[in-house]
Amino acid sequence: MPEPRLIPIVELTKVRLREFLREPEAVFWVFAFPLLMAFALGVAFRQERAKDVVVGVVRAEGSTIGQQLKGAPGVRVRPLEPGDVDGALRRGQVAVVLIPGPPLVYRFDPSRPESRTARLVVDDVLQRKAGRVEPIATRDADVVAPGSRYIDWLIPGLLAMNIMGTSLWSIGFSVVVARSRKLLKRLMATPMPRAQYLASHLLARLVFLVLEAAALLVFAYVAFGVAPAGSIALVAGLVLLGALAFSGLGLLIATRATTIEGVSGWMNIVMMPMWLLSGVFFASSNFPEVAQPFIRLLPLTALVDALRGVFLDGYGPAAIGREIATLTVYTVATFALSVKLFRWR
Amino acid sequence: MSGSAPAPTPAAPGAAADAALRCQGLVKRYGDVTAVDGLDLDVRRGECFGLLGPNGAGKTTTIEILEGLLAADAGTVDVLGLRWGRDDRQLRERLGIQLQETQFSDKLTVAEITRLFRSFYARGRAVDEILALVGLETKRDARYVSLSGGQKQRLAVACALVGAPDVLFLDEPTTGLDPQSRRQLWSLLEGYRAGGGTILLTTHYMDEAEALCDRVAVVDKGKVIALGTPRELIRSLGAEHVVEFAMVDGEPLPEPDRLRPLPGVRDVRVQGPTCGLVASEIHLAIPALLDLLGDRRTKLAFLTTHSATLEDVFMHLTGRHLRDA
Repeated sequence: MPEPRLIPIVELTKVRLREFLREPEAVFWVFAFPLLMAFALGVAFRQERAKDVVVGVVRAEGSTIGQQLKGAPGVRVRPLEPGDVDGALRRGQVAVVLIPGPPLVYRFDPSRPESRTARLVVDDVLQRKAGRVEPIATRDADVVAPGSRYIDWLIPGLLAMNIMGTSLWSIGFSVVVARSRKLLKRLMATPMPRAQYLASHLLARLVFLVLEAAALLVFAYVAFGVAPAGSIALVAGLVLLGALAFSGLGLLIATRATTIEGVSGWMNIVMMPMWLLSGVFFASSNFPEVAQPFIRLLPLTALVDALRGVFLDGYGPAAIGREIATLTVYTVATFALSVKLFRWR
Repeated sequence: MSGSAPAPTPAAPGAAADAALRCQGLVKRYGDVTAVDGLDLDVRRGECFGLLGPNGAGKTTTIEILEGLLAADAGTVDVLGLRWGRDDRQLRERLGIQLQETQFSDKLTVAEITRLFRSFYARGRAVDEILALVGLETKRDARYVSLSGGQKQRLAVACALVGAPDVLFLDEPTTGLDPQSRRQLWSLLEGYRAGGGTILLTTHYMDEAEALCDRVAVVDKGKVIALGTPRELIRSLGAEHVVEFAMVDGEPLPEPDRLRPLPGVRDVRVQGPTCGLVASEIHLAIPALLDLLGDRRTKLAFLTTHSATLEDVFMHLTGRHLRDA
């Protein structure tokens, strides 16, 4: 009975999938860790309502400031002994300290935004109570709708960072392990088409990519109601393009490395600036203007910005053309270089 | 048929037609070190040919050049009448290769690894058939990490055989294996030869070369220093036996010049405290040796005799042991 003809790329991809699924730690880092991180950050930064400002009021004979502030919305009063003022500020227990006057003294660190806010809020309450008349009529319209919370901003960034991490590690690592075990050399001694070997890494990566991206997006939707304002298909396309770009980068890092330690070092050198600069956790516009052109050239910045554009602003492909072009250039360049430089022994 | 037409020249002379491997003037340098230094080989089809030599003799470099994994700095290589760099694809289909240090993925099973290698070849044997052949059928679902050294080595040979190769290359196939595993592997290779296959193997075990090889090339410092069947090589010593002895408490050995004229002794060599006599007739040599030692009133620490082996050939040629050369 003749066996069905086996196809190298199919067998190579199956082997890659099995190797991954039989490595429980890898499964945890790829699937469970991003969900845990999204959950932890989502809970930490959930915005049920604005936090109260905490005000320290120094006890003084006959002062009614404490009474006046009690019951004011968004203000919590904490009585302090005169000797405790600086300690309470230093420990962050209070944002501002009121020392009854006259004149009334606000003691706070102006470099802390939280303290400046507290000072304004408290001063506003006291001045109104004292009878100040507002020259301009105003009204607050609070925004709490999904789409403008921290978690809405965070999820596209986490998705991008996860694609970077898993793509770089899974390809870089498995290639270097195979090289260090002399398996690449052994494969080279067979008629296996070399392009199919590299393609199998990419195919296996894409199978898991679908699963891990879907897991994070479904979780974000169910737990926090995060959903893209733009097209899901465009999100899927960006996820795929991002994975290709980072897989190429992973392959490039792994073209020559012969030890796990060596490749790990290179991975970290490549990823570290992007973790810091690409705006996953806080906006990259915080960095100085001179750094911005460099930051915009990083592939993670491109992926984060593109995904945020689709998630938050509902952008179409045209509006994120520059980011798509950046990722495409990375993909083509890294694969072309890798194929040229790849070392099989 | 026109009688005036010139007779066609034969495609190849008889000797070349049955050559499986042929290399001439092979040279490979690594920086200042010349690993292979003008090496010639001629392996016939259906033959088991051994490269015997100590570690560092250039065996692995030579076999990897023949396998097309390394490029030589000089010399020509001809495999099954084909050339590396021109007929690679065709050659890869027809060669089975086992490398010295390959480790497969720990998490894959024996059957999965064999199936992967099977997928690379256009023709070949079924996975279960090849596993039965190497005696791993009961281990087909065991993961690589759980295999013994002998089982791993048999799996490596299975992966080399799965494409039904015309030539099988084995680099130190039994290094580090226990005696039982070695014998299992030997009988597996004999089965492959019985089917008409050609084997080129490297080894530093002379018993392996004697048991498996039709012909042996003794390699030292990147050169072939002797070539022939194991029997021919041993016979080249001019004597079939080796007598070894040493004295108690490091007492001095007799002068080699006094041992050499003893009846039946062909060669004398001293290695540290041990003296070896290559002897054609031990029934003459041993009594003569004992007489000589008795005159000196010194005591023997031990005296042993064995039939001459390829190890003795190597010692005779280089003055060094195979193992620690």
